[in-house]
Amino acid sequence: MSSQPSTNAAAPARKSAPSASRGPSVPPASRRGGILLHPVFWLTLVFSGLMIAAPLHGNNVALREDLVLVAVAIILASNLNLMIGYTGYVNFGHIVFYGLGGYVGLYLATVRHWNLVLAALAAGVSVSLLALLFGVGILRLRGAYFALATIGVLVAVHSFVSNFDPFGRSEGMYVSFDAYAPLGGPMRALWITYFLVIAVMALSMILSLAIKTSKFGLGLFAIREDEGAAVVLGINARVFKAIIYSVSAFLPAVAGTLMFYKNGMIDPSIAFEYMLSLEGIVMLMLGGQGTVVGAALGGGLYERLRSYLLTSPRLSNFHLVIAGGLLLLVVLFAPGGLIGWLYRLAPRAQRVIE
Amino acid sequence: MSALLEVMGVSLRFGGLLAVSDVSFSIAHGEILGLIGPNGAGKTTLFNIVNGVYKVDKGKILFEGTDITNRPPNDVVHLGLSRTHQIVKPLNGMTVLENVTVGACFGRDYMGLKPARNAAMEVLERVGLADRAETAARSLTIAGKKRLEVARALAARPKLLLLDEVLAGLNPTEITQMIQIVRSIRDSGISVFMIEHVMQAIMNLSDRIVVLSFGQKLAEGLPEEVSRDPQVIEAYLGDPDIAGKLLENA
Repeated sequence: MSSQPSTNAAAPARKSAPSASRGPSVPPASRRGGILLHPVFWLTLVFSGLMIAAPLHGNNVALREDLVLVAVAIILASNLNLMIGYTGYVNFGHIVFYGLGGYVGLYLATVRHWNLVLAALAAGVSVSLLALLFGVGILRLRGAYFALATIGVLVAVHSFVSNFDPFGRSEGMYVSFDAYAPLGGPMRALWITYFLVIAVMALSMILSLAIKTSKFGLGLFAIREDEGAAVVLGINARVFKAIIYSVSAFLPAVAGTLMFYKNGMIDPSIAFEYMLSLEGIVMLMLGGQGTVVGAALGGGLYERLRSYLLTSPRLSNFHLVIAGGLLLLVVLFAPGGLIGWLYRLAPRAQRVIE
Repeated sequence: MSALLEVMGVSLRFGGLLAVSDVSFSIAHGEILGLIGPNGAGKTTLFNIVNGVYKVDKGKILFEGTDITNRPPNDVVHLGLSRTHQIVKPLNGMTVLENVTVGACFGRDYMGLKPARNAAMEVLERVGLADRAETAARSLTIAGKKRLEVARALAARPKLLLLDEVLAGLNPTEITQMIQIVRSIRDSGISVFMIEHVMQAIMNLSDRIVVLSFGQKLAEGLPEEVSRDPQVIEAYLGDPDIAGKLLENA
C-alpha cells in the first residue's frame, strides 16, 4: 500500500504516449512494491510448475530430456542477458562459466563425494569469484575489445582444463554409477537433477527480474546507454560491471554441475562448446535483449528449433546456417526481438512484461 | 568563510599541447562564476579536470576543503559537485524521468529508487520538463536535452553545478527560459560555474568571470571589468588595434 502515493503522483504525466522505442526496454522506475507483486514473478512460477508437471505426467522421460535442454537454454540466455542486455557488454565466452562450473561441481561430487547440491553451490561460488577476478581485469576494455577478451578467457580456460590432471585432461571425467547412490540410484537421480535444473531456471528469471527492478539495475542500464554519462552521474561503473559479470557466472555454473552430473560425463569439448556461446547471443536477439521474458522466450524457442533441426534427417547439417539467417532477420527487421515487437504492437505491455 | 571550490595551479598536457596551464581560481558559496574564452581555450578541459574526468599533471583542487584532485567523477558527485555536458549525453533508451532518477539515485544523497523517483519528478517540474517525463530521452528536442542535462545534474542535489554551454543551440525564447532556470538554481543556494558563449547572457548572470585563452587564465573579475580588458578583447578578436578602437568607441 505504501507504494500508492508515488504511483498516483506520476499518473497525470503517464498519460502521454509511452516511449515505443526500437531498442529493448529499460527498467520502468514506475514499478515499485517488491518483485513478489510483479506479474513476471508469477509467470515464472507458473511456467516452472508446468515444466515440472509436464514430464511427470505419465513419467515421460523423453519429454523431460527435451525440456531440460530448454531449461538450460533459458538459464544461459537469462544470465547472458545480464551482461549483454542490461549492461551492454557483449560476452562471447559466457559458456565458460557453465563448463567450468560443470568441472568444479563434478570434481567435488564424484572425486570428493560431496553432496550434489553442495557441490553445485560451491561450483557457483568459485566460478563467480574467478569471474570477479577476470572481470576486474578485462572490464577496463570497452566494446569490441571487451568482446575479444571474453573469447580469450574462454580459450584460456579451455586450454587450462584440457591440461589439468585433476580434471582428467582432454579425457574429461566420468560419473560412476555409485555416485548416483546418494540420490537413490540413477533413475531417481535423473529426476532430482531435472527438478534442480528447473529450480535454477526459475531462479535465473527471478534474479533477472530482481536486478531489473532494482537501483543496481537502473545503474546497469545507465552504463549500457552511455557509460561516460553514467560515471559523471555518480555510478561507479567499474564496480557495477565487475559485480554483474560475476553474478552472471553463478547460476550457469550451478546448472553446469547439475547437467554434467546428469549426463554422467564431461570433457573439454562438450563443456566449452564455443558454438553454444554464440547461440546464446542469437537467443537473446531473438527474444529481446534487456527483458526478462524476452531472454527466456528466446532461449526456449531457439532451443526447440535447434533440437528440431538437429534431429531432422534433412536439415541437421544446416542448423547453424538457419541460426545465422535468423539472427540476420531479427537484427534487420525486429531489433528488439519478439518482446520488442510486442512492445510496438501494444506499448502498454511494457508496463507489465519486463 | 572559505571558498566552496578552490583550484590551485592546475596544469594538464595532451602530448605536445599544454591544454591547461597553471590555472587558479576559486568559487564562493552562492556565487555564479562564468568561464569564457575563445574556442579551444581549454574551458571544457578545465571542467573535465574539476569533476575528475581528466587527471591533472600538476596542481590541486579543493572542494569544501576536501582534496578532490584526481578523484573519479562518480566520487565527486557524492560530495556535491555535478555537471552537464556541452555535447548532451542523454541515456537515450530510457525515459526522461528515468534519466533524472539515475541522477537522484547515484547523487549526493544516494537515494533509494522510490524517493529518487519523487525527487526526479520535482526537478522535472523545476526545469519545465514534467510533461515529458514518460517520453524517451532520444525524442527530446535539443532544448529539451539541455534541460534534461540540467535536471539530471540537479537531481543529484549538488552544492556546485558545472554548466557547460547550456545556452548553445537554443533560440531566444529558450535562452530566456534557461537563464531563469539558472537564476532559480542559484537562488536555491547552489553555486554555479558555467561556460558560455552567449556573451550577453553570461555577462548578466555571472557575479564574476574568468577568461581562459590558450589554456591560461587571461583575466578574472567583475563582468564589466573583464569586458573592457584589452587583452580579453584581443584574445577574442585577434587584433590589438581593433581592440583599442572598440574601446575608444565604447
